[in-house]
Amino acid sequence: MRDRVWIIAGLFLFLGLVTYPVWHDLVAHTASTPPVLAMPAHEKQCVAPLSYMRTSHMKLLLEWRQEVVREDKSKYVSFNGKVYNMSLSGACLSCHKQQEVCTRCHNYVGVRTPYCWNCHLDPAQIKRSAR
Amino acid sequence: MKITRKEFLKISGACLIGLSGKKALAVLDSSAKGQTSSASASKASKQLGMIVDTRKCIKDQGCTKCIEACTQAHNIPSFKDPAHQIKWIWKKPFDDLFSSYETQYLEPSLKDESTPVLCNHCDSPPCVRVCPTGATWKRKEDGIVMMDWHRCIGCRFCMAACPYGARSFNWVDPRPEIQNLNPDFPTRTKGVVEKCTFCSERLAKGQQPACVEACPEKALVFGDVNDPKSEIRQLLAKSYTLRRRPELGTGPNIYYLV
Repeated sequence: MRDRVWIIAGLFLFLGLVTYPVWHDLVAHTASTPPVLAMPAHEKQCVAPLSYMRTSHMKLLLEWRQEVVREDKSKYVSFNGKVYNMSLSGACLSCHKQQEVCTRCHNYVGVRTPYCWNCHLDPAQIKRSAR
Repeated sequence: MKITRKEFLKISGACLIGLSGKKALAVLDSSAKGQTSSASASKASKQLGMIVDTRKCIKDQGCTKCIEACTQAHNIPSFKDPAHQIKWIWKKPFDDLFSSYETQYLEPSLKDESTPVLCNHCDSPPCVRVCPTGATWKRKEDGIVMMDWHRCIGCRFCMAACPYGARSFNWVDPRPEIQNLNPDFPTRTKGVVEKCTFCSERLAKGQQPACVEACPEKALVFGDVNDPKSEIRQLLAKSYTLRRRPELGTGPNIYYLV
């Protein structure tokens, strides 16, 4: 019972250190904000609703890959009936910038950056390097 | 009205025979239909192939238009070190290609000539049989031996199996060695095997393969060898052609007019 003070103080110290990020943000008013993806100027809608793209874009990409490479299909009919060409560089990057749509969010949530770009090319980056 | 036991058994027996007869008819009917449909499917199947007309080809004048077009269309790196070279369509001396036809007194023009070679898109491709991941397969619709680079694990069994040397391995990252990047086609990474795909991406858009389109002498004829009306079949019907090592039983679909 002699060590009660030390034990309780240690517990408080531990709790304080563990919750430090929360305290720090509250005191310094620097809460991190998730990246905001602006709708591209010439489009009103992505190939699927935002909620679906947020949680399941990887499934969609895998389906596209399967259909294009292995089943020789090229067209994707979206939920609102619009027809898209299934292509990572041709469809996704015709609206988005790779840096904005992939790398930024993956970095924010701490997920490994996808290795799609080890092979697939970003047309915008090629143009820039050609200049 | 009263039914005796004997009459009851007769009626129920007749009913059973009637029911089973109907089922048997249905089974016979469906099997007959199945046979006809499978027969028509095999007749309709396509097999894309190519004729390389070595008489028209002006490789002796140093023309490499077909190779250049392919290199540009598919982001093929140009390694100087031959050990790293990536080959989709390339040139080989005639007596290397057709060693069994080679004689000491071969026409000098043939002896020195180098002939364009590419993947044969075989009828029974050995590379497909050995691939452990299904990264390469023969397409049912048009007979192209396709590749899925996402699935290739770089084991190189296919390279050992292919008797034509039509497959290349990326020993190092190919990207820095690609001259003009084509954004419409992916590059490959280190550790992946690649080869000619008969420009499946262009065929999907209704275009001819890049090499066929680029040839200034129209020495490459591309088409369905299973279609008797196609240009390639008509050319095959009236000319003597060679195939590379047909004795192996792979059924190569690239024909050489000599």
